[in-house]
Amino acid sequence: MSGLQPYSSPAQVAWYYGFRLICALIFIFLILPILVIIPLSFNASDFFTFTKEMLALDPDGYSLKHYNDFFTNSDWQTALANSVRIAPMATLLSTALGTLAAIGLSQSHVPFRGAIMAALISPMIVPLIISAAGMYFFYSRIGLQGTYWGVVLAHAALGTPFVIITVTATLVGFDRSLVRAAASLGANPVRTFVKVQMPLILPGVISGGLFAFVTSFDEVVVVLFVGSASQKTLPWQMFTGLREQISPTILAVATVMVTVSILLLTTLEILRRRSERIRGLSPG
Amino acid sequence: MADGAADEYIVRFENVQKSYDGETLVVKNLNLNVEAGEFLTMLGPSGSGKTTCLMMLAGFEPATHGEIYLKETPINKVPPHKRGIGMVFQNYALFPHMTVAENLAFPLQVRGMNKADAETKVKRALEMVQLPQMSGRRPAQLSGGQQQRVAVARALVFEPDLVLMDEPLGALDKNLREEMQFEIKHIHENLGVSVVYVTHDQSEALTMSNRIAVFDDGIIQQLAAPEVLYEKPDNAFVAQFIGENNKLLGTVKSVSDGVAKVDLEGGGTVEALAIKCGAAGERTMLSIRPERVLIAQEDMPNRLTGKVVELIYLGDHIRCRMEVAASKEFVVKVPNSHAHAALRVGEETAIGWVTEDCRALDVR
Repeated sequence: MSGLQPYSSPAQVAWYYGFRLICALIFIFLILPILVIIPLSFNASDFFTFTKEMLALDPDGYSLKHYNDFFTNSDWQTALANSVRIAPMATLLSTALGTLAAIGLSQSHVPFRGAIMAALISPMIVPLIISAAGMYFFYSRIGLQGTYWGVVLAHAALGTPFVIITVTATLVGFDRSLVRAAASLGANPVRTFVKVQMPLILPGVISGGLFAFVTSFDEVVVVLFVGSASQKTLPWQMFTGLREQISPTILAVATVMVTVSILLLTTLEILRRRSERIRGLSPG
Repeated sequence: MADGAADEYIVRFENVQKSYDGETLVVKNLNLNVEAGEFLTMLGPSGSGKTTCLMMLAGFEPATHGEIYLKETPINKVPPHKRGIGMVFQNYALFPHMTVAENLAFPLQVRGMNKADAETKVKRALEMVQLPQMSGRRPAQLSGGQQQRVAVARALVFEPDLVLMDEPLGALDKNLREEMQFEIKHIHENLGVSVVYVTHDQSEALTMSNRIAVFDDGIIQQLAAPEVLYEKPDNAFVAQFIGENNKLLGTVKSVSDGVAKVDLEGGGTVEALAIKCGAAGERTMLSIRPERVLIAQEDMPNRLTGKVVELIYLGDHIRCRMEVAASKEFVVKVPNSHAHAALRVGEETAIGWVTEDCRALDVR
């Protein structure tokens, strides 16, 4: 936390600069691959490389044709429509289920809390390909394989752990005596939940929902197994695109998705901070 | 008041027991009546079972055994939100996302009261706790004392017959605590609501209560008005817990007409009221309040010699610690007046007291 002090030893000075260097390297490593994609998506040629014109900042080297392709090509439009239909529904399910699970598991009288928690979190830990294969066989048996609801359920299962984790974290700071206070004032458990508990844990619910949405929106492995051609999502289309045609349209799509993600994240973070401010720090 | 008819009781605990683990009883066979309009305090050290009793009454903890009656209705099977009991919590438990007015309106909305009536009630309740201008603030914007006032107002705004308070002043500083003690006491007197108050602070209990139930080890040690508890403790625990107490250990020599002759450890024989001391030959603890011990008295039935160990000047009185019999912690409060002999550390002086001020109790 502290900056350089007049009494800092040479080792501390070295660490002060070394620490910043390490941080910078980490950020470069994480962000550079994403940043490279953005200018490339405006490439006028059909290659994944920076052309001479681009490097010379010649306007002729840039074009919006890949974006044009994305917004007019029916393959991409179907994929986009599928993603937009699947992700919100999966988010809704995982947010509702994850929030309820977190509230239930935060109650001390629930037996086997650790084991239940571990089971619910497992989709996050188990290798995705294993979950996907398992879901494929299971969903085939019960007729969910290759259906819209099959993909939604699979994505909801993947998103729920994020909601459970964020809501559980918010519940740690939740003052249980508020529930008792509401009861003493005559509110039944449902009213207490809606009027008292829910508004206070909303920031955690929103964060969890955001993660769940991004999980579904970016997911490719499970949808390849569980979905059929009519559930082809954006990541799936990108994956096939990469394998079969290597069109820079993928870069345009990626840029659009990154932008959407950043906008979503920013808006929700602003909302979350606002509700956290309203919630105020718990008295005392 | 003491022998009122059964229907004047607002709360009745009948053989109530509570165990959390199924083995140890936290509350052992509690029988307690709270009279209508009474301010009853449950006082005791932590772990004595007082808060558990309050939680059972509020409905947040089930009684393991026995029955609690609210106005003659058994309430063991009534959930907390249907009991209609107001409650003030130790940490205030105000809803942080609601304004003060919304906090107060909450119990009224729950009861389906129309908006105009609710607003009038909220306003009146805020005036009662002297915070009418704070209705638009959020709890986090209020000081601790103001939050506590809001919590009290919220517990009273729906006009319950009974309000429970769980160490509500514990988090406040000393001056504010004393101010709030009087304020709560006055609110109680004005509204005529029954209050069951839990605290571990004996001065708080003595200031506010009509009656105090002293808890220890899951048992009510004594249930009495404040002055009775202080002046006539039934047992050694109450004598030691309420106020300052001098204890002298000894053996009962004889008991007659309610007066025990006691041979003190360290020499000397004194007389004391035989309250809970057993028969001749048994050990007893004598209890005498520091302000009832007099210095250099010739005509007292009980006279001993004490060696002054420490003198602390406190303005209106001088606190004198001395060695008396086997006790090195014998304290005498000497009034600051010319009539009293000057005491010096290291000197011996005669002390005495009247038999009625000394109580022979059990040895703990």
